[in-house]
Amino acid sequence: MNNLSTMITMTDVEPAVFPKKLEVSDLGFCYGDTQVLHKINLSVPEKQVVAFIGPSGCGKSTLLRVFNRIYEMYPKQRSSGEVRLDGENILDPRYDLNRLRARIGMVFQKPTPFPMSIYENIAFGVRLYERLPRHTMSERVEWALRKAALWNEVKDLLHRDGTQLSGGQQQRLCIARAIAVKPEVLLLDEPASALDPISTLKIEELIAELKSDYTIMIVTHNMQQAARVSDYTAFLYLGRLVEYDKTEVLFTNPACKETEDYITGRYG
Amino acid sequence: MVDGIFRFLTRAAAGLTFLIVMGVLLALALGAYPALHKFGIGFISSSQWNPVTQEFGAAPAIVGTLITSFLALLLAVPLSFGITVFINELTPPWLKRPAAIAIELLAAIPSIIYGMWGLFVFAPWFAEHAQPWLTEHSAGWPLLGMLFDGPPMGIGMFSAGLILAIMITPFITAIWREVFALVPAVLKESAYGLGATTWEVIWKVVLPYTRAGVIGGIMLGLGRALGETMAVTFVIGNAHDISPSLFMPGATISSTLANEFTEAVGDMYLSSLFAIGLILFIITFIVLGAARLLLSRLRAKSLQSAAA
Amino acid sequence: MNMSRLLYIQRRATNLVTMAFAVLAMGVGLFWLSWLLWTLFSSGMPAIQVSVFTQITPPPGSNGGLLNAIVGSVILTLGGVLLGAPIGVLAGTYLAEFGRDSRLAATVRFISDVLLSAPSIIIGVFVYEIVVRRSGHFSAWAGIGALAIIVLPVVVRTSEDMLRLVPNTMREAAAALGAPQWKVTLMIVYRAARAGILTGILLSVARISGETAPLLFTALNNQFWSTSLDQPIANLPAVIFQFAMSPYEDWHRLAWAGALIITLGVLLLNILARSVLRPPRFSA
Repeated sequence: MNNLSTMITMTDVEPAVFPKKLEVSDLGFCYGDTQVLHKINLSVPEKQVVAFIGPSGCGKSTLLRVFNRIYEMYPKQRSSGEVRLDGENILDPRYDLNRLRARIGMVFQKPTPFPMSIYENIAFGVRLYERLPRHTMSERVEWALRKAALWNEVKDLLHRDGTQLSGGQQQRLCIARAIAVKPEVLLLDEPASALDPISTLKIEELIAELKSDYTIMIVTHNMQQAARVSDYTAFLYLGRLVEYDKTEVLFTNPACKETEDYITGRYG
Repeated sequence: MVDGIFRFLTRAAAGLTFLIVMGVLLALALGAYPALHKFGIGFISSSQWNPVTQEFGAAPAIVGTLITSFLALLLAVPLSFGITVFINELTPPWLKRPAAIAIELLAAIPSIIYGMWGLFVFAPWFAEHAQPWLTEHSAGWPLLGMLFDGPPMGIGMFSAGLILAIMITPFITAIWREVFALVPAVLKESAYGLGATTWEVIWKVVLPYTRAGVIGGIMLGLGRALGETMAVTFVIGNAHDISPSLFMPGATISSTLANEFTEAVGDMYLSSLFAIGLILFIITFIVLGAARLLLSRLRAKSLQSAAA
Repeated sequence: MNMSRLLYIQRRATNLVTMAFAVLAMGVGLFWLSWLLWTLFSSGMPAIQVSVFTQITPPPGSNGGLLNAIVGSVILTLGGVLLGAPIGVLAGTYLAEFGRDSRLAATVRFISDVLLSAPSIIIGVFVYEIVVRRSGHFSAWAGIGALAIIVLPVVVRTSEDMLRLVPNTMREAAAALGAPQWKVTLMIVYRAARAGILTGILLSVARISGETAPLLFTALNNQFWSTSLDQPIANLPAVIFQFAMSPYEDWHRLAWAGALIITLGVLLLNILARSVLRPPRFSA
C-alpha cells in the first residue's frame, strides 16, 4: 500500500531570500534496535517558521529532539547523519552541548515551569551563560516576558511560584525562559496541544511575532495550526520525510498522494 | 567535570549502602568465627548456654525466635486481614483516613514502649485474669494442655508472641492495603456486577490476584518479628531453656544479644553472641529478600495490566 | 429453586460473618492502641515534673530527672540524621537519576530495602565490632554511626520515590536550556521533590528517636552529664530500659516519664512529616 520508493521527496527547497540556517542530511535515528527516522534531508531557512506534521508516531517529535540533542539524556537513543547549524555539524560529539542548547532553545508539549518564582524561572536559564548584575538581569527578565506577551499579566507577581500560573501562562513563561537565553533557533514541540483555544491563539500570535528574530521549528498534530503559523511545512510518515514545501503549496497542491490523504483527513 | 564529580558522589553513596550490608555480614562472620570453629555445626543444635563452662549452643535462642515469630504471625495474619478489609472495603470514605492513621500509630510507637507496657501492664493482667483460665480449660487436651501449662507468671513466650503480633500488624496491614489497591478496578467491578458479595470479591478476585503480594506482606511481618528486640526482651523472661509450654520464659536471639552482649565475659561468650547474631541476620535477610521479590513481582504484574 | 434459595442464604451469611470479623479485627486494633496510649498517659503524666527537664538521672532513692538523657538523645538523633541523610539522598539520587535500571542500581535498591527492615540490634552489633572494639570504648560517635545506618535506607527509599515523581519533562526542559546534569538535579529536580525528601528525613528522625537496641552496645549510657561525642552518652531509650528493668519505684516513674516524652516526640514528628508531604502538583 505504501510504496515509499515511488514518493517524490522534495528536499531541495531553496528559498532565494533566506539563507539556510539548518541543514539536515541523511539523518537517521534509533531507539535501541528500532529505527524511527530514515534518511531525512531538508534545509531550514533563517527566520522562517517550519512546521512538522504527520500522524502520531511518524517521528516528528523525535526529529525535533535531535536538533538540540536532548535525546542524549537517554542511553539507548542514537542518531546518524548530519545536522549543520550555520555549517557546523551539531551532531558531532565534539560540538559543545552547552553551546548548542544556548543557540537552539526548546519548548515542550506540556508546560514545564520549574518549582521556583516566575523571575527565577527565567533567570535560571540566563545564569547558565551570563553573569549579569542585578538590574541588568531584571531588564532581561522583563524583556523576555514582554517578548512572550506575558509581562502585563505577571509584572506584579514576579515572585509568585511559576507553577501557580494558568496553563497558557505557564507555556508562555516557558517560551520566555527559552527566549531569555537569546537563542537563534526555537524548537516548539506541540506547544499548544495541552492548552485551551484562547491560549492557543495567543501562542500562535506569539509565534508570528517571534519569527522576526528567530528561526522556528514547530511540531503540531493540528493541520490548521500548521497552515496558520508556518512558512514551510514538512510531512513525515513512518519515519520518513514524505514531502517538504512552502506551506501554501503543500496544503493546496501536494505533490504526493500520502500528503494529500493526510491533509484531507483520510488517515491519522 | 562537575557532572562527573556529582555522578561519582551519588554512585559512591549508593555503593556505600551496599558495602555496609556486606560489612555487617563480614563483621558478624569474623566475630562469630571462633565460636563456630570451636563448636562446629553442633552450635546450632546444642541447647547448652553456660557462661561458666564457656559452653554455648544456639538452639534455645533459635527455637525461641521461631516460636515467638510464628505465634505472632498466627495472630497477626487474621487480624491484619480483617483490618485491611475493614479499611479498604467497608469504611465510608470519611472514616478511611482516620482508621488508617490509627493503625499506623501502632507502628509509630517505639518498641521499648511496647516492652514497658507488656512488662508492667499486660503481663500482670494476663497472669491474673487470662492465664489461669487458659491453663485450667486446656488441661487434658492433647496439644493445648501442653502449650498452656505452667505457673501464671505473665511473662514468657506467649506474651512475647502476642505483643509481637500487635507490633507487626500495622506493617502487614500497610503492605496489604497497598497491594489490594493494585487490583484493577474493572476486575472488582465485573465481579460485583455478577452479584458477588464483598467477601466473594475479596476471596475469589482480590486474593488470587494479589497472592504474591499478600505472601510478601506476611514475610515482611515475619522479618520484623524475627528481629524485634526491645519489646521481646522485656517480657520473654530470658531463660535459655527449650520448654514445651508457651507460658514458660524463653529467649530469642535478639533478647539474648540485648541482655548479654555488654556483659559477655570471655572471648568464646562474645563470639557465640556474634554467631547467633549472624544466624539472625542470615535468616532475616532471606525472609526479607523473599518478601521484596514477591512484592516486586506483583508490582510488575499490575504495571503490565495497567499498560495493556 | 429451593436449592438456590439455600445457596443465597449461605452466601449472605458467609458475607455477614466475614464482614463482622473485619469489624471485630479493627476493634481489636483500636482496643490495643487505646490501651497502650492510656497506660502511657496515665502512668507518664503524673511523673512529668519540672525536675524531669532540669535534673540529671539520679541514683536510686534520690530525686532527679532526665535532662542528660534528653540532651543525649537529641545529640544522637541529630548526629545520626546529619550523617545518614545526606548519604541517603545521594544514593537515592543515584537510583532515580543515574543508575535507574543498571545492575548496581537494582542491587542497591534490593539491599537497601532489606536493610530497611533488618533487625536494628544487628546494626548495633556491627558498629560495636568496627568502632567500639577497635577504639576500645563505647562512645556517642558509635551511637551516631549506628543510627545513621538505620536512617540510610529510609532516606534512600523515599528520596528515590520522590525524585521519580518529578516528571521527566522537567529534566528535559532544564537540559534544553543547556543546564548540565548536576545543575538540573541540584537546582530543579531537588527543588521539585524537596517536600517529599524532607518528609523522608523527618520519618527517619521519628524512626531513630525511639530506637533502643542499636544504642545498647554503642552509645551505651551515662549516668552523668556528658556531651562529649568521644564518651558514652546518656539517652532516653537506654535510660528507660535500665530504669524500667530495675526494682526501684522512683526509677520506674522516671522511665514512664521518659516513655511518654519519647512517644509524644515520635508522634509529633510523624504528624509534622505528614503535614509537610503534600501531593506534588506537577502538570504531568
